[in-house]
Amino acid sequence: MINQNVIIAEGLTKIFGNFVAVDHISFEVAKGEIFGFLGANGAGKTTAMRMLCGLSTPSSGKATVAGFDLFKDTEQIKKSIGYMSQKFSLYEDLTIRENIQFYGGIYGLSKKQIQEKTTYLVEHLHLQNYQNSLVKSLPLGWKQKLAFSVAIVHDPAIVFLDEPTGGVDPVTRREFWELIYDASERGITVFVTTHYMDEAEYCNRVSIMVDGRIEALDTPKNLKKTFNSLSMDEVFLKLARKAVRGE
Amino acid sequence: MSAVIVNNISKKYKVEKSQVTALNTVSFEVSKGELFGIVGPDGSGKTSLFRVLTTLLLADSGTASIEGYDIVKDYKIIRKKLGYMPGRFSLYHDLTVEENLSFFATIFNTSIAENYELIKDIYQQIEPFKHRRAGKLSGGMKQKLALCCALIHKPSVLILDEPTTGVDAVSRKEFWEMLQRLKAQGITILVSTPYMDEASMCDRVALMQNGQILAIDKPDQINLQFSKPLWAVKAASMYSLLKTFKKWQAVESCYSFGEYYHVVMKSDLNGSDAIKSYLLQQQFLDIEVHQITANIEDSFMALMNKSHD
Repeated sequence: MINQNVIIAEGLTKIFGNFVAVDHISFEVAKGEIFGFLGANGAGKTTAMRMLCGLSTPSSGKATVAGFDLFKDTEQIKKSIGYMSQKFSLYEDLTIRENIQFYGGIYGLSKKQIQEKTTYLVEHLHLQNYQNSLVKSLPLGWKQKLAFSVAIVHDPAIVFLDEPTGGVDPVTRREFWELIYDASERGITVFVTTHYMDEAEYCNRVSIMVDGRIEALDTPKNLKKTFNSLSMDEVFLKLARKAVRGE
Repeated sequence: MSAVIVNNISKKYKVEKSQVTALNTVSFEVSKGELFGIVGPDGSGKTSLFRVLTTLLLADSGTASIEGYDIVKDYKIIRKKLGYMPGRFSLYHDLTVEENLSFFATIFNTSIAENYELIKDIYQQIEPFKHRRAGKLSGGMKQKLALCCALIHKPSVLILDEPTTGVDAVSRKEFWEMLQRLKAQGITILVSTPYMDEASMCDRVALMQNGQILAIDKPDQINLQFSKPLWAVKAASMYSLLKTFKKWQAVESCYSFGEYYHVVMKSDLNGSDAIKSYLLQQQFLDIEVHQITANIEDSFMALMNKSHD
């Protein structure tokens, strides 16, 4: 690929009736980048993310994800990405092994690959003693770490994470971010939303959405400089307070 | 007399063939008019504790009282004195904002008008939508309506289960400001949260993990108990810095905090100079090391590790 940007969005817009949920957003995300996608509730993050995942057709604009066109090639896009959310990630009534195998199958890995990946992940996450336990018996933090590993089991170009660490204890939350760094080092692009502002600092670049538009996009360091703030929390409050529309 | 007294409460659940301890001999007291926080991650036992105190769940052992009334014997009186906002939205989706509020007022033999003063500040924000069905409200508005419904009978104790979970930073800040105003009206508030940074908004907090209370105190006091020197460290390449710290024998713990790592060394002899020279040796650039005081998340993690040992 000549272009090292795995996401290119130009004027991407989504309109529901007369409500402009996402209003001409333009940005690029580089290969292997950890890209923080912030915004208050109702700013349009979820709608934007659903478009980028090929789940919702944009009203106007242009975009490519992993080199595929967002209007024409949504099926290829779905194969090139991984997705995990806080709400739904794994099948609670399947065991850890079964979940890995199931997702491996869904993502089209061969039997041999699935076997290798399962063994690798169980060891890598130190779950040897629990591999045959049902997922519902695991603490939330473990579940989320497993869910992330499963979302990238097929080595996608991009993984989308929708508030992956909500409610997770502080130690496990940091272990989760180590998995993110590790994936990014392997060249997987990480597109992540979070309500924890300290986590915004861990991203290479951060965008902040207000009322459907991207109001700011830069490295955490530059954003703090631009908005004359000591922390990302302050930057976020300064921008999000400007919002006119409710959720 | 304390508004809430919790004495050695324990609760176990049966999950398939094994038993899970949700609450393990939990004890604490909350003074009248205090804003008391229970801070802990998902699964630490916060909801079970609140369900026991709101007389919705029987503990296996231990006792507790609200305003002097026993949670088992006097449950009917307690239900009149308590306002409770569960973690999950529990109002009627197919009733309007106003209908929900007057429904709850009626159940408690009162009316919206009678206690309007108490909820005025909050209710005015959703009043323009009073004819909208609750199910059609946004998350932030649902939360405000739920709070109004929990307050409409003028409770003396208010129990809020994770009111700010999944709520963005701006709305979280507003919610805490609302709680401060309620506290000023003399209501005792017990609130749980998974966000460590919200501890500083409470008069006192109990840090909870695995059904146990790790510490109870004023937020500042808890942080003062962090005994070892704490170093904030950053360098040009943060991820390799993390890996270096994880491998370095002299390091006791290293956790990321925004743009820095917070590092505790095993020996106090390893101060800022020792850390700097080690990192220089390892070819790191733009090294910055300075001593800081612990925040509540540092304290929580230190206590968590101690309880695992």
